[in-house]
Amino acid sequence: MTGTPDTPNTPNAPSKIAYQVMWTRLISVVEEQAQALVRTAFSTSVREAGDLSAGVYNDRGEMLAQAVTGTPGHVNAMADAVAHFMRRIGVDTMADGDVYLTNDPWEGTGHKHDITVVTPSFLDGRLIGFFACTAHVTDIGGRGFGADANDVHEEGLYIPILRFADRGRVDPTLMAMIRGNVREPDQLVGDIHALATSNEIGQRRLTEMMAEFGLRDLNGISDFILSHSRAATLERINALPQGEARGHMRIDGYSAPVDLHVHLRIEPDRIISDWAGTSGTDRKGINVPMVYTKAYTCYALKCAIAPEIPNNAASLAPFEVRAPEGSIVNAVFPAPVALRHVIGHMLPDTVYDALDQLLPGRVPAEGAGCLCNFQLSLRPRRDGPAPDGACRAEVLTFNSGGSGARPALDGMNATAFPSGVMTMPVEATEQVGPVIIWRKELRPDSGGPGQHRGGLGQYMEIGACDGHEFDMSAMLDRIDHPARGRRGGGDGGATRITREDGTPMRGKGRQFVPHGGRVKMAFPGGAGYGAASDRDRALVHRDLACGYITPEHAQRHYGMTTDEIDNVLARASKGERI
Amino acid sequence: MAKQALRLGVDIGGTFTDVVLEDGARRVSAKVLTTYAAPEDAIIDGMHQVCARMGVGPGQITQIIHGTTLATNALIERRGAKTALITTEGFRDVIEMRTESRFEQYDLNLTLPEPLLPRHRRHVLRERMDARGQVLIPLDPAAVDALADELEAAGYDSIAVGLLHSYANDAHERAVAEVLARRLPGVMVSLSSQVSPQMREYERFNTTIANAYIKPLIKSYLGRLKARLAAQGADCPVFLMHSGGGIMSLESAADFPVRLVESGPAGGAIFAADIAARHGLDRVLSFDMGGTTAKICLIKDQSPKTARVFEVARSYRFKKGSGMPISIPVIDMVEIGAGGGSLAHVDALRQIRVGPESAGSEPGPACYGRGGKRPAVTDADLVLGRLDPDGFAGGAIPLSPDQSRQALSDHLGAPLDLGAQDAAWGLAEVVDENMANAARVHAVENGEDLSDYTMIAFGGAAPLHAARLCEKLGVGRCLVPPGAGVGSAIGFLRAPFSFEANRSVFMRLSEFDAGVVRALFADMAAEATTFVRACDATAPITRDHKIYMRYAGQGWEIPVPLSADEAAAPDPAQILARFEEVYQGLFGRAVAGMEVEITVWSVLAATRQDPVDGLDAPARLHDVAAGTMRPVFDPALGRRVDAGVVARDALAPGARVAGPAVVTEDETTVVVPASRDLIALTDGTLILTPKEAEA
Repeated sequence: MTGTPDTPNTPNAPSKIAYQVMWTRLISVVEEQAQALVRTAFSTSVREAGDLSAGVYNDRGEMLAQAVTGTPGHVNAMADAVAHFMRRIGVDTMADGDVYLTNDPWEGTGHKHDITVVTPSFLDGRLIGFFACTAHVTDIGGRGFGADANDVHEEGLYIPILRFADRGRVDPTLMAMIRGNVREPDQLVGDIHALATSNEIGQRRLTEMMAEFGLRDLNGISDFILSHSRAATLERINALPQGEARGHMRIDGYSAPVDLHVHLRIEPDRIISDWAGTSGTDRKGINVPMVYTKAYTCYALKCAIAPEIPNNAASLAPFEVRAPEGSIVNAVFPAPVALRHVIGHMLPDTVYDALDQLLPGRVPAEGAGCLCNFQLSLRPRRDGPAPDGACRAEVLTFNSGGSGARPALDGMNATAFPSGVMTMPVEATEQVGPVIIWRKELRPDSGGPGQHRGGLGQYMEIGACDGHEFDMSAMLDRIDHPARGRRGGGDGGATRITREDGTPMRGKGRQFVPHGGRVKMAFPGGAGYGAASDRDRALVHRDLACGYITPEHAQRHYGMTTDEIDNVLARASKGERI
Repeated sequence: MAKQALRLGVDIGGTFTDVVLEDGARRVSAKVLTTYAAPEDAIIDGMHQVCARMGVGPGQITQIIHGTTLATNALIERRGAKTALITTEGFRDVIEMRTESRFEQYDLNLTLPEPLLPRHRRHVLRERMDARGQVLIPLDPAAVDALADELEAAGYDSIAVGLLHSYANDAHERAVAEVLARRLPGVMVSLSSQVSPQMREYERFNTTIANAYIKPLIKSYLGRLKARLAAQGADCPVFLMHSGGGIMSLESAADFPVRLVESGPAGGAIFAADIAARHGLDRVLSFDMGGTTAKICLIKDQSPKTARVFEVARSYRFKKGSGMPISIPVIDMVEIGAGGGSLAHVDALRQIRVGPESAGSEPGPACYGRGGKRPAVTDADLVLGRLDPDGFAGGAIPLSPDQSRQALSDHLGAPLDLGAQDAAWGLAEVVDENMANAARVHAVENGEDLSDYTMIAFGGAAPLHAARLCEKLGVGRCLVPPGAGVGSAIGFLRAPFSFEANRSVFMRLSEFDAGVVRALFADMAAEATTFVRACDATAPITRDHKIYMRYAGQGWEIPVPLSADEAAAPDPAQILARFEEVYQGLFGRAVAGMEVEITVWSVLAATRQDPVDGLDAPARLHDVAAGTMRPVFDPALGRRVDAGVVARDALAPGARVAGPAVVTEDETTVVVPASRDLIALTDGTLILTPKEAEA
């Protein structure tokens, strides 16, 4: 149908254009793959919050393209996964119709709640590549999603790399084992089918594309993509000043505060991030497998250095990540890892602490970092008679604090960084179970002061419906270690979590809340950038008018006079544009 | 029909206002420049032009159907009224916190769209409903009175009221409205339980605020328009095209102006649906490409696909999530920044990128010779031989191929070491691939496979790119209807009067209450029918019942149509069977043994359309030889080919033109690549078919 060259090195112009079209098409193929997953998955973490990833690989297991839909934590983790599948399954034994899966935290994407499914792709009987996708499922058995496990075995069912389908036939023994070990068997089995369907859609579109362009294998397009990506990434890296710097950040952790240390070296053709000096493994489930550390280290660098170069094996390769075994960022089996995101989401800010010394004016101040998530296990009250219709339910919510101020912009209010997931609507959450969210709104004064203000965190207040009590599994950090300002900017507001009467609660772990009790939370703000005295007066006025800052804060940090404050508030009360 | 209907369709677009006048037999059209300061001026001008050409007076017009980008533009340009929000205490920032996510994950300097109302215009009241509509905290009328004092002092023109779970129980919103009506009689009020009674607070509040924000502007415009038309003698009823592809009264439009968002493109989809009906096509890909954007819509069984949420004013390269969600019934389409004026550049990866930035009409593409230096899609089309430099817009705008070549060489050729023609090829391929990708992803989001679809192409730039898009999508046939340049305005005259009533009432099939469901359907049917009856006092009205269902715990519902009988005597077993049938069709397999739930209920009332007569196939095909030839670049072959040049008005029914060829007319050019032939049908539609598919 088309006059496409079949060798990658044809120097004439048409091949460049044809290959560019094919590259764009491959990104569209994996986007279709991701959309098919969103449309058919059961867990709301996938459908509503977008906690997933999808990609296509060549026959060497190198990732060629990754869907735009998805979250950064899965990026490199999944990029490496296919190589493990090739080794464990054995390429010689792979057949058309096979589908493989795992939830191995070290060979998948960092915790057992992520299921990775890999499908080999055959054309005319020859293996030409792979499709892979990953999704965060609601339940995998064990203790449930939380920090409290003492080792990985308590965190749920383990599925080593196995055949889910052998030449098209689903393994009934495996399915029975999975069903027997989780709280929501239909949902999990449905999700696994959705992952397999997603790869199948990708495979179908790839076959159509290869027919259209007259391709018999992916070698030519693979070389084109990888060589272009590598060249573009190296061009970016080599344009940077060479040098090294150290970054550090201390956060709450679980059993004891955690120190994150990174040593960054920009060299010709590569950037090395070494996490030597970082705290050791915690005894509870906040430890991070190396794949996840790689994912967020690399994500931070890519955002700052080569944001528009698509993710693939070659564009990721020049970012080398190292961490000592047994550290909290290179936890080894059988360390518990369910909440690896709490630490993982703090890695980019640590990287930026170092990068800011090498590339001043490019990276933001520290932000809230990890998502402000909690899971509720609600049930009928046991301290008194429960009303008719009282029920049990598991409710998981994703929420965000403020992001750090940027060199030329304020931080973003209540917006996830570095995570890429969304929150769930309050009205939808209250439909799922007997929970009432009494408050979910911005938290004034929590954005660190500065020439550019940190993003605001948020307040949440929750309780059960009448007749219910609940356990709350908290996943919060930055109670004792708020986001730190950059270049004279102030710190962001710290996390707070208390009962309705002000009794403090713990930031992590499962805690009981009796009938009638409520939990009040203040999620952290991002830090400021630059001196507050340099802030544009018009923006200070806007912040006061909008209630992003209170009059006291305006006076203390921005030196506003009482007259100035009264004037702004009077105009605000009239609804004037400020 | 007893009285001869004379109907006027008017579409106000970004550049042109299209006016179409039609009686039973004839149709005339006019294009006049949009007059931003007083949009009604262009309408009056256009109306006089078409009346003169048909030899009638404005007083003879029996009906005017109007669609406009005014609502969309007011939202994009933030030119709305001084508006306040009243919401539930604890939820002041719903529209500002959005989904708490970033729509572009690698941009450290991302700027989120500003909420429509700044925080100090958002006010709270202590009150609370739960998810079932039970009152948790009663509303205190005295508190509303106190708030009214504050709002009065601030001098707001318009107020939006959005309270949590008001879709389940609107009592508190109505109570607030009563106080406001008493205390602030001159202020317009929009209630979320009326504007968009659906679950999910971010979408509902934002939609209500958008409605309140543009209400004073649109209400006053519609009032002026009605008066101006009457003063010119056109005192017939005026109706508005709404986003869902139906027609509503001028009064409804003034109360719910947010329903006018994207009414022009909706008219285009109705136009394509009408063509689909005339040609008996069940699966159609509507492709509407103008100067700035391309719109792609799926039309199954001669009805455009509809959705319940639309995103307006995308602020970041048309990227999903960068705009404001509006939850109203809309025709589901994708719009991307790909039009004749879309500009190209080379990015850091040495790849050609096209759009969404557009040259607009000033300065226009480089070939217009009005100072545009960067290459646009039209420049590539010109250099590839698709356009006749002396025949563009009927010769009104002479094009300069030299300017195009210069722009292509400077901006694409030099950095990529390509000649002007290869640069043009690359540009055209990239924009075509962008549109093809948008179509593919849209299809998969809807569980559709495009290979058995037929394309209908309209809008000035579409016929130049349609055949290549078909090649890329594996689509066989493509129709280019007559009047393609004013497709949306013609579409207005084809649309039924319709209204879709929606309710978010959550119900599990295991707790199915037939009595509640019957009452719900009856209530919605009455609401929708009353609405339609106000537009047309006599026409028969049809009702379509639809429910949105999912497995318990899922976040995405699928629409399940019910027959009138099924809605009148609802039975959970039957409804489960219908759900499983639809689910299987979309996703391959149903999942046994899981709880199923219903989230949204809808009744669509519409005037019944006269059945469309099928078209006779041309009696005999005859080959038409081209008078002249010109070299046209064929991207599938990767080289220039000698293409025959044929004038469209020289093609009688049954005329066949073998590709490669170009068929020229004033508003556009139909490109027939080497892979396809073109046949003229009895209604003047041109059809492109792959050569190998012919008998």
